[in-house]
Amino acid sequence: MSRETLNARRLLCPLPVIRTQDKVKQLKAGDQLEVICTDPGVMQDIPAWCRINGHKVLETSSGDNEYIIILEVGES
Amino acid sequence: MISGGLDSMLAAKTIMDQGIHVEGINFFTGFCVEGHTHAIRAKDKEKPKRNNSLWVAEQLGIKLHIVDVIEEYKDVLINPKHGYGANMNPCLDCKIFMVNKAKQWVKENGFDFIITGEVIGQRPMSQRKATMPIISQESGADDLLLRPLCAKSLPPTLPEREGWVDREKLHDFSGRSRKPQMAMAEQLGFTEYAQPAGGCCFLTDASYSAKLVDLWKARDGNKQYDLDDVMLLKVGRHIRPGRNFKVIVAREEGEGRFMQGYKKEFITLYSSSHTGPLVLVDGSPSAEDLFIAARITARYGQGRTAEQVDVTIADKDGSERVIQVKPFGADEIPQEWYI
Repeated sequence: MSRETLNARRLLCPLPVIRTQDKVKQLKAGDQLEVICTDPGVMQDIPAWCRINGHKVLETSSGDNEYIIILEVGES
Repeated sequence: MISGGLDSMLAAKTIMDQGIHVEGINFFTGFCVEGHTHAIRAKDKEKPKRNNSLWVAEQLGIKLHIVDVIEEYKDVLINPKHGYGANMNPCLDCKIFMVNKAKQWVKENGFDFIITGEVIGQRPMSQRKATMPIISQESGADDLLLRPLCAKSLPPTLPEREGWVDREKLHDFSGRSRKPQMAMAEQLGFTEYAQPAGGCCFLTDASYSAKLVDLWKARDGNKQYDLDDVMLLKVGRHIRPGRNFKVIVAREEGEGRFMQGYKKEFITLYSSSHTGPLVLVDGSPSAEDLFIAARITARYGQGRTAEQVDVTIADKDGSERVIQVKPFGADEIPQEWYI
């Protein structure tokens, strides 16, 4: 299992979702990805994208105008 | 193809109800209305910030693939073979482009055909009886393109001829009325859905289109653009005092916060003696031009009626200087400066 970080600051939705989607394609099931964003819309969109594509949101947090989502890649 | 609106949702559902595996695809051109404006403007904080295509996919229980086509889309916008609509919207070329991209995706990912939510007569430019075959042919999708909501009014496609899809269970919707779709949504239990009414793309907006045309003119007709150009046309009040520069005045706190992110790419101004908006200067302003920009900055701040306002000018490297200006009066900014 590996853990990677994706910097999606300054990107507005749906770009953080697209970047997350593209990054997840490079990872394996069980890997974790931390996505750091500045668009509050990600708190809705990335979990929705995870739900429909079979990935799991492990943690969400926000502060200092940043929004962080940690997800675990599911079986494709 | 899932846009996030009702029609594509119903089209997908029509095919899913025949026991066929459907996955959604959505294309991001950079000009999509929803997410951006909601994220930028503080006044929209109460609106749900959901992405409608994701929401639709979740309602349908299907996967959704969002594809970034920002770069490829430039050629569609700059050189539309079929021209523009009422504004800078190249709707027919856009549809042909997207169906072509969907066709490529279908081929690469082992799917059999493409579904769209098109309805004959629904939209004046891209959804007419005459344009349906043009989209099929010019996209290269040909008879792999199935429009479940109006299929019965069109020649049978390959999925229908081969019996993959039961044509009798498809629909014959036509015209601008959305009553049949709304009735179908009610029957299927979809009580909530987005109603973009042609407004899912900034290029259909007259004000946005005017700013885009102005941007191209100011660049001596060079129509190339990048994502930041597209984003900045969505925010602020745009004022062009001269061909060589324009100012973008944040209209509220959310826009100001968003524009802060561009301080390394643009000269920025703000009133330091009074509360006021952040202002970006786009172009190559002279010292006199910056003086005008400072007077505009003062005009939109709390010091608008003061005799003198301190305005800080910050260069891209972060160095700052302060100048004193008299704010423009209420009628002193010529109307033709407003884009």
